[in-house]
Amino acid sequence: MTPRYVLRRLVQVVPAVAGIVLIAFLAIHTAPGDPVLALAGEHGDAAYYAFIRAKFGLDRPLPEQLVVYVTRVARGDLGLSFVHGRPVAVVIAERVPTTLLLIVTALALSTTVGVALGVLAARRAGRPADLALRTGALLAHAMPSFWLAQMAAIAFALGTGWFPVQGLTDARRSLIGWRYALDVAHHLVLPALVLAAGELALTTRLTRTGVLEALATDYARTARAKGLPERAVVRHALRNALLPLVTVVGSRAGLVVTGAVLVETVFAWPGLGQLLLSSIQTRDVPVLLGLFLLASTTVIVANLVTDLAYAWLDPRIRYE
Amino acid sequence: MLRTPAGAIGLVLTLALVALALLADALAPADPFASVAPPLAPPSRAHAFGTDDLGRDVLAGIIHGTRTSLLVVASVIALAAIIGVAVGAVSGYWTGAVDDVLMRMTDFVLVVPRFFLAVVVIALFGAGTDRLILVLGLTSWPAIARVVRAQTLSLVRREFVDAARALGATDTRVLVRYVLPGALPAALVVISLNAASVILLEAGLSFIGLGDPARMSWGYLANNAQRFLRVAWWVALFPGAAIALAVLGLNLLGDALSEMLEPRAPRPT
Repeated sequence: MTPRYVLRRLVQVVPAVAGIVLIAFLAIHTAPGDPVLALAGEHGDAAYYAFIRAKFGLDRPLPEQLVVYVTRVARGDLGLSFVHGRPVAVVIAERVPTTLLLIVTALALSTTVGVALGVLAARRAGRPADLALRTGALLAHAMPSFWLAQMAAIAFALGTGWFPVQGLTDARRSLIGWRYALDVAHHLVLPALVLAAGELALTTRLTRTGVLEALATDYARTARAKGLPERAVVRHALRNALLPLVTVVGSRAGLVVTGAVLVETVFAWPGLGQLLLSSIQTRDVPVLLGLFLLASTTVIVANLVTDLAYAWLDPRIRYE
Repeated sequence: MLRTPAGAIGLVLTLALVALALLADALAPADPFASVAPPLAPPSRAHAFGTDDLGRDVLAGIIHGTRTSLLVVASVIALAAIIGVAVGAVSGYWTGAVDDVLMRMTDFVLVVPRFFLAVVVIALFGAGTDRLILVLGLTSWPAIARVVRAQTLSLVRREFVDAARALGATDTRVLVRYVLPGALPAALVVISLNAASVILLEAGLSFIGLGDPARMSWGYLANNAQRFLRVAWWVALFPGAAIALAVLGLNLLGDALSEMLEPRAPRPT
């Protein structure tokens, strides 16, 4: 990974972020409805309207407003939430850890189990176990996350009562210390499993394909010919098979965040999904725009990290 | 395509989706919005998938939801395909500055999270199928553009393209008549996989209450079911299953198409 590559890749982030901010700005300004009427009510007099217009800089030319908007966003100032009356950045930041806990748990699950299942499928290629895993992966990949969540809630929460139906903690008890952590973990099981399922399917498929390809290479044949046990050969193959997996994880960032939002909705997991849902219901546009900016930046950063990780793992990668 | 069971299943599921959408009025047992039975009645002979909280037939809702889903998917894909094929073809044919600009644009659109952008647009402009189609269509073309560009890049170097040029064909004619037909099969694979993701997006958006209230949709049914998980499993089970089957069909179709076009290439995942 040359410094030149890192630098060029870093520079590419700037126009991407700028484009996203421009989209947000244009969306606000092309939307129907006059913000002045929304702020001042429909029965104010002309002088008051003019005052409001000047106060919020709405009388300025559009390019000037864009500059102001960009400067504000760059400083992390996303405006005030209509509903909460507090800065959007704060309202969103409060919810990030909860959603991150869900996403990280799910990705850890889907990656470890997916790689294991993928190796299993590759070693049993063409046999019943492989067929079952491939069919399972196809099905899991097709299921909408919110449906899987609903089915899991019906079966394992409402039906058997093994897991809580909703929320982050048990509202009937106030626990502290490790008991609290345990309670959260108990609530985390179903949402994390559901979110992991879709990614698990993809990881399994990718690992299987990668291992099968690597096992067909010359170095795998050499390893076998010198008498290495199959387990060691697969381990060699796996190192190369995992490379494509790294790229896919990055390009799926947006989908994972979307999935998390939908799964949270079903399980009332108090993260960004719940915030998105309540902001939709109350038309809290600043918060929705903030979530859009956050999701976009996440995707851009995830792609950046992916490309850098890929270049680091595979020294053959150069820019252009 | 029909040689493998997976391909056959994909084709059948996709055709069934289209047939259900086209014949919704004839096939649905009732008006999807009409209250035809007691609320939250479990599946029975008269109402195979049961009824929801307003006594509406769930099966009728699902069949009419097919129409919404297909309308959105077909329009989005048509829009995305037009942009994607045009960008990819131009970019692959006239390499250089044009290609650079178009590819930077493609890279950019690729990072725009479609779900969140759609949420913002619908929140600002109000719910409606037209804007949903526009947003998703304008953001779903990069994958198509990339594939068409790659195909075009390799096709323009072929002898038959030189031959066409030697015969005096203009650039446009070479591109449309000789290059694009060769690039389209690969684009079809991406298109069918893309269609599957659009179905999931539309369902997800309707699920969080951003669907068009005038149209019955699978996501709306699933959203409505959320409040009755404890008492009426059927309201949640069937709409989601319909989505899964539609997505599965398009995914299988895409896999089968790519297998047919490049029998030796590794499967896309």
